[in-house]
Amino acid sequence: MSGPATNRARNRAVDRTPVDGADVCVIGAGPAGGLVAARLADAGYDVVVLDAGPRFDPGDRQERMERAIRPAYDRPDVWGVGGERDAHAATGEWFYPLNHARVKGVGGSTLHWQGMVMRLHEADFNSRSERGVGVDWPIDYADLRPYYAEAERELGVAGADDNPFGPPREEPYPMPAFPPSYSDSLFAAACEELGISMHSVGNARNSETYDGRSECVGYGTCQPVCPSGAKYDATVHVERAEQAGATVIDRAPVQYLEHSADAVRAAEYATPDGETHRQEAEAFVVACGGVETPRLLLLSESEEYPGGLANASGLVGKFFMDHLFAGTGGVLDEPTRQNHVGFITSESHQFYDEADAEVGPFKLEFFNYAGPSPVELALTGDDWGDALLERLNAEYGDHVAVGALVEQLPREDSYVALDPERTDHLDSPVPDVHWNVGDRALETIERANQVQEQILDELGAEVTWQAGPDSTGPAYHHMGTTRMGNDPEESVVDPQCRTHDLDNCWIAGSSVFPTGGAMNPTLTIAALALRVAEDIERSL
Amino acid sequence: MELTRRDAAAALAALGAGGAVGYAAHEWGSGGDDSPDAPDDGLATDEEVRDALVAVAEVVYPSAVSGIAAFVESFLAGRLEREDHGRGVRETVGELDELASEWYDGPVAELDPEDRDRLLREVGADVADENPEGTTAERVRYYVVNELLLALYASPRGGELVGIENPQGHPGGTDTYQRGTP
Repeated sequence: MSGPATNRARNRAVDRTPVDGADVCVIGAGPAGGLVAARLADAGYDVVVLDAGPRFDPGDRQERMERAIRPAYDRPDVWGVGGERDAHAATGEWFYPLNHARVKGVGGSTLHWQGMVMRLHEADFNSRSERGVGVDWPIDYADLRPYYAEAERELGVAGADDNPFGPPREEPYPMPAFPPSYSDSLFAAACEELGISMHSVGNARNSETYDGRSECVGYGTCQPVCPSGAKYDATVHVERAEQAGATVIDRAPVQYLEHSADAVRAAEYATPDGETHRQEAEAFVVACGGVETPRLLLLSESEEYPGGLANASGLVGKFFMDHLFAGTGGVLDEPTRQNHVGFITSESHQFYDEADAEVGPFKLEFFNYAGPSPVELALTGDDWGDALLERLNAEYGDHVAVGALVEQLPREDSYVALDPERTDHLDSPVPDVHWNVGDRALETIERANQVQEQILDELGAEVTWQAGPDSTGPAYHHMGTTRMGNDPEESVVDPQCRTHDLDNCWIAGSSVFPTGGAMNPTLTIAALALRVAEDIERSL
Repeated sequence: MELTRRDAAAALAALGAGGAVGYAAHEWGSGGDDSPDAPDDGLATDEEVRDALVAVAEVVYPSAVSGIAAFVESFLAGRLEREDHGRGVRETVGELDELASEWYDGPVAELDPEDRDRLLREVGADVADENPEGTTAERVRYYVVNELLLALYASPRGGELVGIENPQGHPGGTDTYQRGTP
């Protein structure tokens, strides 16, 4: 990777000054911002994208992969997360490891994501009506359905229409699904005995060459880095936006949104040379994720908006949600062929729509990477030579695991706020992720654990670990902090994701989700982003 | 099981050489203190690095593998092309050879296998966590011991020793995960 001298030289050469006469300013170059920018640039608008982080060199990806494998590096080191720039607090009942959960830079957190893409179920849009808890979204599955199909084409999704529990589809996936794994076949026999249906998984990962990108070549390090580019990341759309004429300015953290009572006028951003600039535009899209989006709005307080911009409701930052992980793993007395690839090929949504007020929706994931990776195992321990090989053979080869994602309900005591004590490298207050999950989520984890135990028992596995209510963790899906709704007193954005308070400001991303369901959020983020682009185009 | 230069190329394909330069492009004899303009700053030469790492590999690799010299030489050639990494390898090998000379009267490559093993443990590389910017023990673990273990076990040939034809880090396609044990 480039040394400091090279970086300094490059930074001197980059023009980070504002663009005159811009139509749209997009803040955040992740999947939401990238899609909006690409659509609007394609449509002929003058678009500027500002991102707080750097533009990463694609040629560095193999070295980043090595970082992912070697024990010298922690997960945030892979994409350079951490330090004063990314300082944060976590004051909730549950610690939130924010810097493990995000990447700052062009491509955003899709650079390190797993790449699982599925649609929310119909009932997820009507949690209050159907399950008696949470809130209803102001839009239904039917409203989002065509955008889901479009999002699948944009990201490139490999999948099969074999999920008997999924919402209705109108057309095939853009690419065929990845075939089931060998361990899926072991699980299939056990699940059949138990009456549990398995089905394929939507993967934003090329099962064949797609959109000029390689098919998956099996590096096995999808999370946190895909060296081949077979896994979708948002650089695809950011580059498309640039090809259509958009300007992308990296290392330009927006510090403040200058505004009047009903419109944003300019985004004030800092650059590495210590300068501050103002980017004016007709329309603004805040697409910084579920933590930095509310942070920016809260930082943009004024006389008109003393509690933060677009925050007449007082709900900016409130209702922070994530999905919780439940998992059970063990060993078999036969080879299970794990860790050849870094993605999963089978799930079960059978229990998803049994959700009610007490137990939330959850989906089961059949792992293809249970147990240790031999390479990583080889780099730890105090043995080598024949003793090491003996240990590798003893510890690798017979593991199985079933994971689950579990819904967390929106709670007002789970929120993102500004830390009153600590500031970042630019003297801006850092985000405090105050995360509380609630009893229903914990009940749901217990229920998921029960099903997982049944499956492993039927499989004949010896259970060796479990991620249950006391040992769960987040799936790194930040949602809910600028919720969508019809009532300006009960929500931050309207059903088109435009802020209630400001006529020319939209929010794209999972922060607008009123509830989270238990599906990985990025396909819904993408579908909503396409809808945002349409709405902006209508308004310009 | 015999390791070959082709296996080294597979390991390099996974872990990366310096930029677009492959192992074949490396000119042995460059770098280190033997370079015409190089200051005497403790950097090991190409030959010293190669000889030391082959000698260490003979200790840290399982006895089932042969062809170690050609494999290590080919792998190293690519890795030394990575500027910062190559410098770290040279510096660390220089230190290790210095310790070997102080404690055993000769560089690592001239020690018998038992003394090489003993030297690595006396340095502390067996119990150290790898760290490219750490203590001598941590750097020996990173740039020497784990460099070699990574080369072996991220390659398909090394993976086969453990029962995985497509180990993490190797672009071995999407067929093997679907199959049972060959």
